[in-house]
Amino acid sequence: MAFTPEDVQRLAKLARIELGPEQVNATLGHLDNIFGMIAELRQVDTNGIAPMAHACDVGQRLREDKVTDGSIEQRDRCLALAPESEAGLYLVPKVIE
Amino acid sequence: MTWEVVIGMETHAQLATNSKIFSGASIAFGAEPNAQTSLVDLAMPGVLPVLNREAVSCAIRFGLAVGARIDQRSIFARKNYFYPDLPKGYQISQFENPVVDGGTITLQLGQGDSATTKVIQLTRAHMEEDAGKSLHEDFHGRTGVDLNRAGTPLLEIVSEPDMRSSAEAVAYARALHNLVRWIGICDGNMQEGSFRCDANVSVRKPGEPFGTRREIKNLNSFRFLQQAIDYEVQWQINELEEGRAIQQATVLFDPDTGETRAMRTKEDAMDYRYFPDPDLLPVIISDDWIERVRGEMPELPEAMRTRFEALGLSTYDAAAVTASLEIARYFEGALKVAGNAQAKQAANWIMGDLSARLNREDLGIDAAPVSPEQLGGLIARIADQTISNAIGKKVFDALWQGQGKSADEIIEAQGLKQITDTGAIEALVDEVIAANPGNVAEFKAGKEKALNALVGQIMKAAKGKANPQQVNDLLKKKLS
Repeated sequence: MAFTPEDVQRLAKLARIELGPEQVNATLGHLDNIFGMIAELRQVDTNGIAPMAHACDVGQRLREDKVTDGSIEQRDRCLALAPESEAGLYLVPKVIE
Repeated sequence: MTWEVVIGMETHAQLATNSKIFSGASIAFGAEPNAQTSLVDLAMPGVLPVLNREAVSCAIRFGLAVGARIDQRSIFARKNYFYPDLPKGYQISQFENPVVDGGTITLQLGQGDSATTKVIQLTRAHMEEDAGKSLHEDFHGRTGVDLNRAGTPLLEIVSEPDMRSSAEAVAYARALHNLVRWIGICDGNMQEGSFRCDANVSVRKPGEPFGTRREIKNLNSFRFLQQAIDYEVQWQINELEEGRAIQQATVLFDPDTGETRAMRTKEDAMDYRYFPDPDLLPVIISDDWIERVRGEMPELPEAMRTRFEALGLSTYDAAAVTASLEIARYFEGALKVAGNAQAKQAANWIMGDLSARLNREDLGIDAAPVSPEQLGGLIARIADQTISNAIGKKVFDALWQGQGKSADEIIEAQGLKQITDTGAIEALVDEVIAANPGNVAEFKAGKEKALNALVGQIMKAAKGKANPQQVNDLLKKKLS
């Protein structure tokens, strides 16, 4: 499949990435290459093979349901890394729905 | 021309675990802001989610309770969108292979003898993490973010568009709310957001394809659910009748105005770009695990209703005493003492005097001052005619006020035992007949009502302790 500059702009918008015209063209080239490789992979006959959700064919390890993490001290250390905080909250530019 | 309403529901039930779905932080409600956040919840670089076993067990339990297929190889996916209360830039959810596939919920509709049931098909139920909370006030033009809720385990339960009125949607939400509490996977606290409903609403002319739907988000009470749907349906009908098309949109309900308004139209729609989360491997759910969960499950409301109907309860009564696990346990406790033959009486007492009194004093049934065993003992004494129904109410009152440990103790202490000595009752009947020649004459002239007046007089003379049926029979015999 061939990408258009509009496709790239749309993907960039969804990913919240700003791309200038030159970057759009460069990205278009990268994506075409990636999809070219995918097209090649698609030629492999996979009939009768169950699709995998992960490259490792093993099951997820699980934890016991115990509280082992989170504290005021840890919160304060993390809040100190944030550009702005107040009253135990991370402050961000106003979000209006 | 009439319109048909079509409603499908998406419900988020917060799972009753101790810790988050992918981290070891607590999910207890009401903590200091951000005091229950781990580095995983904050999306710090290099951290990895580790799935909470109990959260999966809860999902399995739900699947078994609704007769769904459990996907034994379940997959987590990333749902990508940007919002400050979602630090990773994606929510871990399920897209393909959710834990719960299909299933049904049976609704009880209508009241009394006209009560009917309707089966609603479920599409699926999948596990996901909740987002944090954005606080829009008081931070000098900034938004405050509290991530305590981020990573709280949720089960999103999706129904087919099978409901045809707001009443059916509410009945569905109530049935689901009852079920998740019944099987202990969710505390059902709607004020705290543990159980939230989204309603997908559209209208169409009967027989036509589905209309365009609008989704009402985040309804956290049954009353709002009903109001929001009723408003939305009327709005859609008005739009269509005035020749305007419905645009697919997400809307919010404003409880103050009773109106719904569009939050975002699906044009600039979210493309969530789901893909399997490479940080999480497929969850393998073994047969053993499923059977273990099945073994821990309490008897389900439907099975209990069937069992209670076999004891002679109507569909409506059986639904009423299984409205919650607490009520059902109370009912069974009372029956254990009163005997199964008293099922109808026990249901009457619980749905009548007991629930009226609980409502008046704003108590839950688990805090009732009269225990199930005490009520059962009282019902047994009415059944064996030790006391009349009217005296029974007196005894109930005394039990409520803690005047005795059992109905027997109160009956004994207050001398409430019914007079069974026929001679003593006969004497009272004779007395009242002699004192009320007017009523006697009226009855003999064919006025049935005059008999009631005489019975009333006799019961009063007996201080309520005579058996009304016996009095009636004796009186009729004497006057015939």
